[in-house]
Amino acid sequence: MIQKLPAWLAMALVLGLTLGTLAAVGWRAELGRGLSAADWAAVRFTITQAIMSAMLSVVLAIPAARALARRSFRGRRILITLLGAPFLLPVIVAVLGLLAVFGRGGVINSALAAVGLPQISIYGFWGVVLAHVFFNLPLAVRLILQGWQAIPAERFRLVASLNGSVFRLLEVPMLARVVPGAALVIFLICLTSFAVALTLGGGPRATTVELAIYQAIQFDFDLGRAALLACIQFGLGLSAAFVAWQVTPTQGMGRGMDRIVQRWDQGRAAVDAAALSLVALFLLLPLAMVVLRGVPGLIEMPSAVWAAAGRSIMVATGSAGLCVVLAVALSLRGGVAVSVIGVMPLAASGLVMGTGLFVLVYPFVSPRSVALPVTILVNATLALPFAVRAIGPAVADVKADYGKLAESLGMQGWNRLRIVVFPRIRRPLGFAAGLAAALSMGDLGVITLFAGEAQETLPLAMYRLMGSYRMEAAAGAGLLLLALSLLLFWLCDQGGRRDADA
Amino acid sequence: MKTTLSISVAAALCATSAMAETPTLNVMTYDSFVSDWGPGPAVEAAFEEICNCDLVFTGAGDGAALLARLQLEGKGSDADVVLGLDTNLTAAARATGLFAPHGVSAELDLPISWDDAEFLPFDWGYFAFVGNAGEDAATSLKALAESDAKILIQDPRSSTPGLGLLMWVKAAYGDEAADVWAALADNIVTVTPGWSEAYGLFLEGEADAVLSYTTSPAYHLIAEEDDSKVAWAFDEGHYMQVEVAGKLAGTDQPELADQFLAFMVSDGFQSIIPTTNWMYPAKLPAEGLPAGFETLVTPNKALLLSSDAAAAARDGALEEWRAALSQ
Amino acid sequence: MLTLDGLRIFLGAFQLSANLTVQPGITAIIGPSGGGKSTLLAAIAGFQDGAAGRVLWQDQDITDAAPGARPISTLFQDNNLFPHLTIAQNVGLGLRPDLKLSQTDLLAVAEALRAVGLDGMEQRKPAAMSGGQQSRAALARLLVADRPVVLLDEPFAALGPGMRAEMLALVREKLVGRTVLMVTHDPDDAQRAADQVILVSAGVAAPPVPTQELFADPPEALKAYLGK
Repeated sequence: MIQKLPAWLAMALVLGLTLGTLAAVGWRAELGRGLSAADWAAVRFTITQAIMSAMLSVVLAIPAARALARRSFRGRRILITLLGAPFLLPVIVAVLGLLAVFGRGGVINSALAAVGLPQISIYGFWGVVLAHVFFNLPLAVRLILQGWQAIPAERFRLVASLNGSVFRLLEVPMLARVVPGAALVIFLICLTSFAVALTLGGGPRATTVELAIYQAIQFDFDLGRAALLACIQFGLGLSAAFVAWQVTPTQGMGRGMDRIVQRWDQGRAAVDAAALSLVALFLLLPLAMVVLRGVPGLIEMPSAVWAAAGRSIMVATGSAGLCVVLAVALSLRGGVAVSVIGVMPLAASGLVMGTGLFVLVYPFVSPRSVALPVTILVNATLALPFAVRAIGPAVADVKADYGKLAESLGMQGWNRLRIVVFPRIRRPLGFAAGLAAALSMGDLGVITLFAGEAQETLPLAMYRLMGSYRMEAAAGAGLLLLALSLLLFWLCDQGGRRDADA
Repeated sequence: MKTTLSISVAAALCATSAMAETPTLNVMTYDSFVSDWGPGPAVEAAFEEICNCDLVFTGAGDGAALLARLQLEGKGSDADVVLGLDTNLTAAARATGLFAPHGVSAELDLPISWDDAEFLPFDWGYFAFVGNAGEDAATSLKALAESDAKILIQDPRSSTPGLGLLMWVKAAYGDEAADVWAALADNIVTVTPGWSEAYGLFLEGEADAVLSYTTSPAYHLIAEEDDSKVAWAFDEGHYMQVEVAGKLAGTDQPELADQFLAFMVSDGFQSIIPTTNWMYPAKLPAEGLPAGFETLVTPNKALLLSSDAAAAARDGALEEWRAALSQ
Repeated sequence: MLTLDGLRIFLGAFQLSANLTVQPGITAIIGPSGGGKSTLLAAIAGFQDGAAGRVLWQDQDITDAAPGARPISTLFQDNNLFPHLTIAQNVGLGLRPDLKLSQTDLLAVAEALRAVGLDGMEQRKPAAMSGGQQSRAALARLLVADRPVVLLDEPFAALGPGMRAEMLALVREKLVGRTVLMVTHDPDDAQRAADQVILVSAGVAAPPVPTQELFADPPEALKAYLGK
């Protein structure tokens, strides 16, 4: 029972926040004007850029993940953590970092100008894809690296003894299993992109569905059209998920004993070094620019920013806690429903979710009075797909390996969770909590609709600074945000690793 | 400090069930108005000194989001006053039927005449392209379109300045607007969702100019002692943004709301505006404009479509814009 | 006395039926691979879905009892110890599934460890022990759990012949008086350790027959299995 009730609650919450809010928006809709040709153009653009971004992210991630999987060098762990940073950044911080490198006055164009070469432009379709790859390459590297690490050491030994090809016998099957899932997640993230696509897209050609939804709600107050567009977005997300599940071979890799993976196919070290250096340069250079731009702003920041930071930490901690509880509950239940639930929040429109919640909450309480709890709830739900992805397989392993033993010893409910499950999933648990906390830190979603006086979170404070000409202070707030996100992630991730033997 | 004190006193009073003693006036506005570095805190302190009430600002995104928020809340809204709509939105706001006449008759200092029964201006400004001093500045929209200057603009579908530029081109060129947009297309570096992104990109050096206000250089001059930013004066004239407030018909504090609107066009409120919202005050305060404002460009002609004309033109203009920039 | 009353297990097209009674002592379960030996054990332990009939212990119906609520301890083929718990904790789980071990419990654990020759290894983690030691630790848990029925699903299969014989001897010595059911595919193990044998073949688990009697005059199925 202890495993069923929380899982149902988690599923109800996810469905309520995704489909429920959509229904609420649809229910408040008056007769709209339906979809225009421009809306359909937005749908086409959205799909094209999302597919391209997902494919490029995955393709670039493979050599980097392979290098990380088979090389051990000093600073590898720190590198992996740092490589995760772009994924955790608020959009505008990352965009400004990217522009400092690829923009008109950025590092690359300055260098090109210095040697008299023509300038490159980051704006347009490829700019959007570049930014999406910047955001999602870290995620792709993580997911694919996990795939590599899941190949048992025995398999490498077996292949070595057969003098076979590691690539053909082990890596290709592993990639066939892991890549569709990774591409799906990135496709879904890019599907709901709004600010990146618009800012770097260069104009109305780069209109995404999410922007069309924004326009429908904020400018036309055409809730019917917004609901319709959100349905299309859901449809696209679920279709993509369906395709990904169809092409993913289901057989597992089997599990080996947990020994250090020794391999006999080290290949050319230079190739790995080059792959890693390129990816690291691509991801870390913009981050370095964020830091450089932010440092002078730190002293400019008004004290309200620190209060906002405190509030953000609180929200992030709360939503991380809630998120892992929900993820564990869902993972314990398992099954197809869970996979669907793991996709829904990604395909949901943030704006529809916020508006729908507002419609649902408003008749009963003042939105201001529930701003922070609602933010915690929504952020936890939005991070759920990643948390389930991290925790689900670990819970399944525990079930497969120790379920019967625990059963035969009469370990039930909380005892089983406490003694068997939690200690065995500490690493993914810490990782998921860290990810959820960091994602929540950087989120600028429902809070904009709900926050009242003195309730702003750090990203909102940063945006408000930008809206009041204080770009330098905003850069400082952006740096603070980056540092706090990474710190929270690192603390949780580290907590999961601490003396987690065997 | 005084604000914090009065808030905590108010909180203490609430806690001791003396709630009815201090009425609350709820003002819904856009985000940057309520932020610590916006006009909100100073306005709150000034009004609370004279009203014997608790003034509560609620931020609801930007100007466009504000109207959507009001429509979501509908008749049941807690808000007594909505502050921060602009003339491109007032027709839609009026059509909701949620607003009551403001009843204030003040001599306003606008470059145009104002006689709107429901919406009362609190500040205004001219849209303008802001560039760097000492660089080539275009002298008209047409000249800009023909030059190879790079500009940043905002999306009219998600931002009020973006919509303002749309109306600017329409007001200046009418049926030729589509051609002007087509000519401008190769000058536009990118279109951002909001003002903040565009202005941030401009300061990063991503373009020669950004769509903002003639008053923007005043911020750099006064707050940062930096005179490197200038607004480009255009021959066609400059489109205006007039920011207004209105009283909601469903308010449970009609007298307080009236008092606030009257206060809004008095010196106590108006003197706060120039250096917090970086716009011109709707009614010039006794001490005049802060030093530095005299350096700003003053357009030779103020353009503004009436709210009805703006509403009528919007969808067509948006389609022209989209078509021209999608080539 | 463990009774399988009209027990029938359906696994797709495969069906296994058992109608038999097992007395205390060691009973080996032998038969061809894929014949359903482990399935039979799983049904007794309560892990097998889709079974009809009844499982009785001392005439009490335990068919619907949860695995942990049955008077049964099981050693599986692998994963008998939790790698993140110490040996003392692993053994202690046989006493308290919530691991809230009292001083008396800890003494009992130490006693059991001594009995299986793991004196003073309480604080070790399984990874720091040999395969044989791990088997002993699992056995120690059976001792403290003190449940009357013990199911051994080839837990010693990975050990060398010498070590396996040692473990079987230890089982004989320490589990006296209990009803032990032991799956094996080594007839020698059965002959060495078991008092009686259940032959599982062609979808039927035959009632137990004394070991010597069975091997002295093996039925056709056993002959085929033994390759004689």
